[in-house]
Amino acid sequence: MSEKKDYNYNSPSKFNDEMKTIPPARWPTDLEKAQMGTMTAMVSSFGLPRIIISGFLLVLFILTPFVGVDLPTQITNIINRFSWNAVLVLAMVPMIHAGCGLNFGLPLAIICGLLGGTLSIQLGFTGPMSFLMAVLIATPFAVILGGGYGLLLNRIKGGEMMIATYVGFSVMSFFCMMWLLLPYSSPTMVYGLSGNGLRPTISLDGFYNQVLAKILHIKIGNIEIPTGSLLVFALLAFLMWAFLHTKTGTAMTAVGSNPAFARAAGINVDRTRMLSVIMSTWLGAMGILMYQQGFGFIQLYNAPNNLTMPTVAAILIGGASVNKASIPNVIIGTILFQGIVTMTPTVMNSAIHMDMSEVIRIIVSQGMILYALTRKTEGVK
Amino acid sequence: MNGKKNIPAGKRLLELVRNNAVPIMFIIICAIFIPMAGFSPSYLLNEIVTRMGRNLFLVLCLLFPIMAGMGLNFAMTLGAMGAEIAVILVADWQIWGIPGVVLAMILSIPFSALLGFICGTLQNMAKGREMITSYIINFFINGWYQLIVLYVMGAVIPIIHASIMLPRGYGIRNTVSLLNMRQCLDDLLAIRVAGVKIPVFTFLLVGLLCLFIVWFRRTKLGQDMRAVGQDMEVAKAAGINVDRTRIISVVMSTVCAGFGMVIYLQNIGNLPTYTGHAQIGMFCIAALLVGGASVEKAGIGNAFLGVILFHMMFIVAPGAGAFITGDSMVGEYFRVFLSYGVITLALIMYEAKKRMAKSKAGQELAAAQVKKEDA
Repeated sequence: MSEKKDYNYNSPSKFNDEMKTIPPARWPTDLEKAQMGTMTAMVSSFGLPRIIISGFLLVLFILTPFVGVDLPTQITNIINRFSWNAVLVLAMVPMIHAGCGLNFGLPLAIICGLLGGTLSIQLGFTGPMSFLMAVLIATPFAVILGGGYGLLLNRIKGGEMMIATYVGFSVMSFFCMMWLLLPYSSPTMVYGLSGNGLRPTISLDGFYNQVLAKILHIKIGNIEIPTGSLLVFALLAFLMWAFLHTKTGTAMTAVGSNPAFARAAGINVDRTRMLSVIMSTWLGAMGILMYQQGFGFIQLYNAPNNLTMPTVAAILIGGASVNKASIPNVIIGTILFQGIVTMTPTVMNSAIHMDMSEVIRIIVSQGMILYALTRKTEGVK
Repeated sequence: MNGKKNIPAGKRLLELVRNNAVPIMFIIICAIFIPMAGFSPSYLLNEIVTRMGRNLFLVLCLLFPIMAGMGLNFAMTLGAMGAEIAVILVADWQIWGIPGVVLAMILSIPFSALLGFICGTLQNMAKGREMITSYIINFFINGWYQLIVLYVMGAVIPIIHASIMLPRGYGIRNTVSLLNMRQCLDDLLAIRVAGVKIPVFTFLLVGLLCLFIVWFRRTKLGQDMRAVGQDMEVAKAAGINVDRTRIISVVMSTVCAGFGMVIYLQNIGNLPTYTGHAQIGMFCIAALLVGGASVEKAGIGNAFLGVILFHMMFIVAPGAGAFITGDSMVGEYFRVFLSYGVITLALIMYEAKKRMAKSKAGQELAAAQVKKEDA
């Protein structure tokens, strides 16, 4: 791309020589886009990896009829998986906005959700009520743990992502012990023989399995749509969008894009960041409950860890960067990522009788995160 | 520090405790757990010596990137993967014993060096976020590793012996037996002292690496690395090629990790193809930190102390967990929790310290400016 051209338009000429040594540190502005030609502009604003991933998914879609895979089933799967994962991906947004980076500490939020879910079953709630109670019980945990987590992240500005990763691991391994030691007694959850310690996988039949998906459930031909889950996501996404346009939300964006400016404008940076972390944690807890509701099982012990990377990768594939994210990023990213996750195994298996989906999933998701990390970003430091 | 002699002994002791909080905590944990686990002293000693021979080389390879100020090299796993590919090839060619080990080491160099170069280049693109980048690179390359070992080997790269191949005709089995290579380095010159087997040759190799590190610190390149670690801008002004120096430090680390992995595998005696390298980075980093190292400062002593303490805890934790709660799983989760916890703690201390230094520098700058204005 025309990197040199960028500078001539935007930087004062006397700084030109200095500027040339620094690679471009931002997305091109509209003016530049117009001058660069539409094609290159699209590539640079959409990002090469994203184009490759979209292209790959498109190829998979085109291949489906030829290799004898049922397209409606695939579409149903993608919509379903979207409804499971979208809220988790949404949980990334507040922290990215406040400049706390990608929330690799997602296991912490998931633990809050797991506490909500297991406690709600332990207290004897069943059916839709158990989901509501799970959300209610998870909330104080999310506020308290998220608050502590935010307090910590405020003290280590600049190193959030690495520490978030390990805070997530530590909390998760701590709760591995707790699942064994806490006095749970509900027979649906504990080990049958010894009667104490939670099982790694708990079925949600009779509890909140599919409670949201069943609301207004639509079936057109072979395509099924879990309307309720999608509506809940839409509601949360709308609330998030609305929040980002309030005064506090705008302050959050300011803190993320330029903390020094935000402080000068009289914004309490630490408090804003703290709020973003708590929001992220609560949404993560909601996200895992939505996931369980669709999936039908509670997974404990090391399971929270398996969701972190796919979630982070999803929002990045959707077009977010380390310090910029929007609701469309969440929606596009989740569809693209879940599309690849569902389509690769079936299509590739039918086409070449070789299941490379796991490897492709790892390379795509980690490659995407790596791409985002190695891009120069403004503001964050 | 010339006023140190005047500080009362009590305060000095407090300082010592504060600076070595992590090792002291682990000594206490071990002291409590050892009697609970109920192992015999000779068993414990044997295990520790074995594990020192197995892990020390790997832990020492973390020192190079720390020297260059790039923090904990989570991507040392890349070297382990390079070594694993080399070991698979050597196992397929049926070259066993010492020649096999030596060949695997030599063969691992190009793989590890290439991966290290990629890693260093990417880390240079993400200055200030080296650690999280190296952590992700680790997963990313793991994907490629699986692609090669699971699909390319046997299909494109010829694999002669069906014994290490999956029944479907391509890809490597989950475990590759290295029985004919097992402990051949450890048994060389090994001596037994009161029932404890000491793998002298392996320790000699570790000693060699230590000597190399000590010597390397004094060379021009080693000095450059430390300068880069201190302050990249200053180093650049002094005419040091910062990016190149950083890449070299990562490549050295990965290549050493490759050697370390070969030593590790010949001790274990089989190769868990897809999981062998997964936890290596985490355990080595945790061991180094337990030895009192921090993200920006680590020495050979930290590595030795760390391996002893960390693995002592690792051996006794399940038994102690079973003793306290009646469930050995609790102990197993507890040791994982401690490994993660110690890394978290070290990272938090490092970042907090960095931030404090930054704000202090800012204050000093402001004070200097005020002074200037007054004048």
